[in-house]
Amino acid sequence: MAEHGNGDSTAVVKAGDGTSGGYAIDNPGLPPHRPRLADVDEKAAKRSERQVAAMFIVSIIGTLMFFVGYFAVARMDQFDDYFEGMTALRVQNTLIGVGTALAMLGIGLGIVHWAKTLMPDHEVTEARKPLRTEADRAEAEEIVTGIIEETQIKRRPLLRNTMIAAALLAPLPAVVLFRDLDRTEDFGVERMRHSLWDEGVRLVRDPTGTPIRASDLTIGSAMHVIPENLREIESHGDRLAEKAKAVVLLMRLNPDDLKEPTPGREDWGHDGIIACSKVCTHVGCPVALYERHTHHLLCPCHQSTFDASEEFKVTFGPAGRPLPQLPITVDDEGFLIARSDFTEPVGPTYWERGHTDPEGDFPA
Amino acid sequence: MSASKQTYTEDEYLEVNEYQPKSNTGRIANYVDTRVGGTSMVREFGRKVFPDHWTFMFGEVALYSFIITVISGAFLTFWFDPSMATTRYSGSYAPLQGLEMSMAYATSLELSFDVRGGLFMRQLHHWGALMFVLAMSVHMIRVFFTGAFRKPRELNWVVGASLLILGLGAGFTGYSLPDEVLSGNGLRIIDGMLKAIPVVGTYTSFFLFGGEFPGNEVIPRLYALHIFIIPALLLILIAVHLFMVVMHKHTQYPGPGRTERNVVGYPIGPVYAAKAGGFFFIVLGVLSLLAGTFQINALWNYGPYDPSPVQAGTQPDWYIGWFDGVLRIMPGFIGNIPLEFVLPTPWGGNAIATPVLVPMIPITLLLLGVFVWPWLETWITGDKREHHLLDRPRNAPTRTAFGVAMVVWYLVMWGAASSDLMATHFALSLNDVIYWLRAAFFLGPIIAYILTKRICLALQRKDREVALHGHEAGVIEVSADGEFHEKHKLPNEYELWTLVSYEAPAPSGPRPNAKGKITALEKLRARLNRIWFEDRVVPVSREEYLEVMSHHGHGPAALEAAESRQAITAGSSTDHR
Repeated sequence: MAEHGNGDSTAVVKAGDGTSGGYAIDNPGLPPHRPRLADVDEKAAKRSERQVAAMFIVSIIGTLMFFVGYFAVARMDQFDDYFEGMTALRVQNTLIGVGTALAMLGIGLGIVHWAKTLMPDHEVTEARKPLRTEADRAEAEEIVTGIIEETQIKRRPLLRNTMIAAALLAPLPAVVLFRDLDRTEDFGVERMRHSLWDEGVRLVRDPTGTPIRASDLTIGSAMHVIPENLREIESHGDRLAEKAKAVVLLMRLNPDDLKEPTPGREDWGHDGIIACSKVCTHVGCPVALYERHTHHLLCPCHQSTFDASEEFKVTFGPAGRPLPQLPITVDDEGFLIARSDFTEPVGPTYWERGHTDPEGDFPA
Repeated sequence: MSASKQTYTEDEYLEVNEYQPKSNTGRIANYVDTRVGGTSMVREFGRKVFPDHWTFMFGEVALYSFIITVISGAFLTFWFDPSMATTRYSGSYAPLQGLEMSMAYATSLELSFDVRGGLFMRQLHHWGALMFVLAMSVHMIRVFFTGAFRKPRELNWVVGASLLILGLGAGFTGYSLPDEVLSGNGLRIIDGMLKAIPVVGTYTSFFLFGGEFPGNEVIPRLYALHIFIIPALLLILIAVHLFMVVMHKHTQYPGPGRTERNVVGYPIGPVYAAKAGGFFFIVLGVLSLLAGTFQINALWNYGPYDPSPVQAGTQPDWYIGWFDGVLRIMPGFIGNIPLEFVLPTPWGGNAIATPVLVPMIPITLLLLGVFVWPWLETWITGDKREHHLLDRPRNAPTRTAFGVAMVVWYLVMWGAASSDLMATHFALSLNDVIYWLRAAFFLGPIIAYILTKRICLALQRKDREVALHGHEAGVIEVSADGEFHEKHKLPNEYELWTLVSYEAPAPSGPRPNAKGKITALEKLRARLNRIWFEDRVVPVSREEYLEVMSHHGHGPAALEAAESRQAITAGSSTDHR
């Protein structure tokens, strides 16, 4: 305290009207009112009046500008050339927007200027009302006590206890009612363990659906891939849900750059071609960026970085697990196919996910 | 209290028909009054005094942006179809023609391209929503730093904080509706975060999306939340918020003539009403200007939602930034040790998504802290009095310092949502940006606290100096014996009052409870109380003031002059340092 050089004064004052003598001086009251130009000079007042009127006229012009923008500019579908249509839209949007802005700002600034220069600017003092009076509170308390007394709830604990039990149970149906928010037939978490990938399913390009030969990929190139059987799903929504689990990034590295695979994963790639789930293990964004000379995959949402040469292990960022790798090989015709489904659930971690490889749940 | 058993005479009942209005206004007022008794409202509010200060404007901006957002949103509902049913796009925007997409996206495009003024209204709605949350946030910061949340306004602070959270919900549900790639990825992140919640997370996600992400259900559900449930709650809470403002009467800054017992300001009619009413048009004008000239959410660029594509460098709406940023700061591994782990359970183990769950801790702390702060501060300071006079932020150094620390904490998380853009725009390593942000996450608030507290105390010392010795006048005088002095101009009594009328009590120390025992909790309170008050600059006391004045050679006449409401302008003749 001493460092502030204020001694150790404890001049604490009571709150209140602030005029008690606790402060260095007494509250001097409102400063004298200083008249504005317009208060004393009729010319200044006239000038303010003209300024306000000018702002209102600006508002009128703005409204007209809106109508010009709305009616004089043709709608986009009346243009054959879509670039011309876009230009027209831009002009229309600007005229409508600036017109509305002028219309509103003219009114708003005009009124505020009016209030500030011409309306009385004397500050007024008003007393605060106490929020409640003691008498009110006493009366309220009495009423409430009377009401409780008349219900006899205190004298009849059986009534009270059964009522509490009923009231606690009664809302439960309202919770249960929401069960059918999930209307799928295969309710439960098991469905999250599997995707459309299976033994022999061809890897095809997203979105064209054409199959891929190993020779289509040069070293350093990458491809967005979906399972061939995805197109068999009729419903757009169901297809998206399956795609959300099945999207794969396929890339070819120089086989020498690939680190020694862990046991059991030796044959998951084909001549330097490897595939991984594109769904980030962090919160599920598509891991869409591939940097060929570092073999790094980057998720653009939260910058989790995975190393393709080391079985997609996390090298930076918030992801807590490597991207699941899709075991692939080539079929008789030379097209890339999956060896099996992913060997673990793809995407973000969820409570029931448990171990990466719970016993017997996934084929080795 | 309706319990009063008052009776009325027949004359009193008939009185209602006796009034003869003299003007047109009177006739209208009389018509309304004889039916609903409205003149008592006019009597109550017509000349009600409202304190005026530019910082009281933010709440108004929030209210007006909300109204504008509701109106523009109602316009959008006439064209927007919140359906995930599939359609083939056939509107004016050539690059997307023939693409399979949901009705939600198709009608969003229709609104943008084939409804005249639709793009304007969509952009107005979006800018209005951003402004709504921004204005609420700034308003909350103003209320915090001036201590306006103190008794009797604690509950209104809680209502305000709930409004802010509802505002975030309204914004996010709206952001997700157009069902393009950008908002779809936003929902994907929400899905990932939901799934990380232990025990109920996975099912919560299933219930929201009607099955596995993205499903066929989520857009209409978000729509119900966005246009009905959340706005209804917002409306109710805004009504409660404003009702309490009227009941409490507005706070006011300390200053000459202002006390805890009065309200100084302009009467509602006409000045305050004109300014506030005019201000609505100004807010609408500014938002229209933004909507007309600054493109926001150009959703035709993104294409229909598909789980595979994503744009690099996408940003959430600003108020979601801190959720996104804190997710980016959190590491998934420390060295080679994964932070994610499996909790061993008899049925085989459950996964704990630490990298998603840990970032929720600062967010929860900050939001929870906002809700409990009024009571926490009262508990620490022991101040249970009513406050209608605001604090100048410098006069509550610890609160101000803590508040700035929390704002900095928030801003670090918020800024982290642009870590990739910082890296690309300033040609920095993405990883380095994150490392620095991690450091700032821990050190930023601490540095901000220390700096702010010192700055507050320094400002208070400056106030003391001005109160006692005046402002430097910038004039150097040479005395007859060759001594140099700078002339000082003493503040007038109105300025002086503002400088000296505050409190800075000493720490109070632990107090024994009724049994005469000092509990551990009380010890903690006393310690916090000491931290709160130990560094303080006490206001100028009356003795001090009188002494300095006489020491300066001002005679009693000058003092009398000071106290009889005349400005003290005499220069002081000695250098005081």
